[in-house]
Amino acid sequence: MINILIQAVLLGGYYALIACGLAFMFQVMRVINLAHGALAVVSAYLVWLLADSAGLSPFLGVLLILPVMGIAGWLLQRLMLERAVRGGELLPVLTTFGLAIVLDNLMFQQFGANTRSLSPYIGDLSWEAFELPGNIYVGKLPVYILVAALVILGGLDLMLKRTALGRQIRATAADPVTAGLIGVDARRAAGIAAALATMTVAVSGVALGLRGTFDAYAGAPQLLFAFEATIIGGARSLWGVLIGAIVLAVAQSFGAQIHPQGFLLGGHLVFLIVLFVRLSLKGRSLNLMQILRSTGKGAAQ
Amino acid sequence: MTIHRWTWQSKLTFALAAVVLLLLALVPGFASGGVIERLTVLFIYVILAAMWNALAGYGGLVSIGNQLFFGLGAYMTIRLADAGINPFAAMALGAGIVAGLSWLLSLFMLHLRAGEFAIGMWVLASIAHLCVNLDPLIQGETGTSLISLNAYAIDARRVLIFWAALIGMVGLLALLFAVLRTPSGLAMQAIRDNEEAADSVGVNPMRTKRLFFVLAGFGTAVAGALWLAQVSAFQPKTYFSVQWTAYMIFMVLVGGLGRFEGAILGALIFFAAETWFADTGVWYLVGLGAVAMLFSLFLPKGLWGWVETRTHISLMPLGYRVQFDTQSEQGR
Repeated sequence: MINILIQAVLLGGYYALIACGLAFMFQVMRVINLAHGALAVVSAYLVWLLADSAGLSPFLGVLLILPVMGIAGWLLQRLMLERAVRGGELLPVLTTFGLAIVLDNLMFQQFGANTRSLSPYIGDLSWEAFELPGNIYVGKLPVYILVAALVILGGLDLMLKRTALGRQIRATAADPVTAGLIGVDARRAAGIAAALATMTVAVSGVALGLRGTFDAYAGAPQLLFAFEATIIGGARSLWGVLIGAIVLAVAQSFGAQIHPQGFLLGGHLVFLIVLFVRLSLKGRSLNLMQILRSTGKGAAQ
Repeated sequence: MTIHRWTWQSKLTFALAAVVLLLLALVPGFASGGVIERLTVLFIYVILAAMWNALAGYGGLVSIGNQLFFGLGAYMTIRLADAGINPFAAMALGAGIVAGLSWLLSLFMLHLRAGEFAIGMWVLASIAHLCVNLDPLIQGETGTSLISLNAYAIDARRVLIFWAALIGMVGLLALLFAVLRTPSGLAMQAIRDNEEAADSVGVNPMRTKRLFFVLAGFGTAVAGALWLAQVSAFQPKTYFSVQWTAYMIFMVLVGGLGRFEGAILGALIFFAAETWFADTGVWYLVGLGAVAMLFSLFLPKGLWGWVETRTHISLMPLGYRVQFDTQSEQGR
């Protein structure tokens, strides 16, 4: 039982990693990027290529592709999203969906139907584990992925709250025109935000490849997981994303205990329940962080 | 100043459409089996495009999950036919059940906005797929087939499905056209243009959106049931594939989002593209995605929208046009 819970929290770390880029784009640019999962798989393939052809460790590989994906994100914002957003809130959905189809099928054309994994390139790390009291073994890799998620979420959160760039990005998110009036270069801020989001996607793509296998069409489920984690978490704060990701992973893990097909179903159902509860609490939207905080206060009093 | 709806172009279009439909109805009399089957596919595409357009083009509800209705329409048909109902009756009844289900879903799905609604629908399609897999009748991903159709001889069956698809297409298009011309339809177009403004002049967005959501659910389920009748095999994976929505998006974006004629034009273009390029496999899919992406970026109103703004022709008039008596004031 405890073992399942611990494994689920670690899986939640991966979901937080994949969701933070999506949530960040959503918060800052009001855009849900449907090519999010496809971009993660692109990163995984790029790192796999580096590892397969040049024997480069995936951990070095991810450092190399970070700038590449950053530039890709900046281009995505400049060439596509900027134009699409001007046409209303629906066009970005359609544009990025088209991009996802193009990327998925190009990867299929290039790499075929075989599944790939990055785990053969990291030696013993893929099965090494920490031993906890009570005969519980915790894989080192999932722990590192959870730590990476915490570092990235914390970094993004600090950057948004404490730095000049973060203030510019938040100002652009709130109102690009007014932000422009007071001297914020809104195009630059949006471009940088997109680049940052896509860099987190690169990390999550590598995590996907390290944890297991992937193929050209693996992007769609990753997008759904990221989306569910974001919505369950309330889509308001980045830390909400972490909680949403863990809730999703716990639901999936317990679903899998109940029925062999229950893994996906468990996650989807929790997502629906959260949507439903949020609607019945309409007006007071379900922000899990707030509820936790207020119950925490209640307990202290 | 005169206000009118019909122009000579639209009257001519309806006359031509009536002739074309009459000819289509007679096609089984002289065409080969292959032609009949391909035309059935075209009718299904027109339904899919028109229904997705009803949601996105008029309701501003972009769904990435319309395969939900498509798959459920086919599944309900299988279930009802297994219970001993005539397969054609099962198709209609199954679509009706899906319409009821989409009314239930609309109670909470319509509160989601833009991208949230889009992926939320995808999640629902995924849930439906998983649940259908659990049904022992379907045998998981192995699937099953609509066995009761075998009671009909193969030639008679082909013609019956062809007519069912033709009636389904014409019926759904006529229904959509009629709904769009009612006050609800005008409200829907007002919501498409500006939801807050529509709300402020007394349009009830929720009620109108719900109407279109249920209509799209029903129509897409009809298309799924027809597809099942045509290919007879039911494998959950193929029916609940997001590919279907990709096709719908391609058809509507290329033809003209929010243009009644656009969905039909888009379906024709998609049908032609499939006939010519489907052999190229993956590149065909890359091409579809790229074209959809380029249209949404550079020509978001699609080909028909472009024609319409250039020529002011409206073949299927939904609104009214005002004509001033003096020449200089003419135009919209």
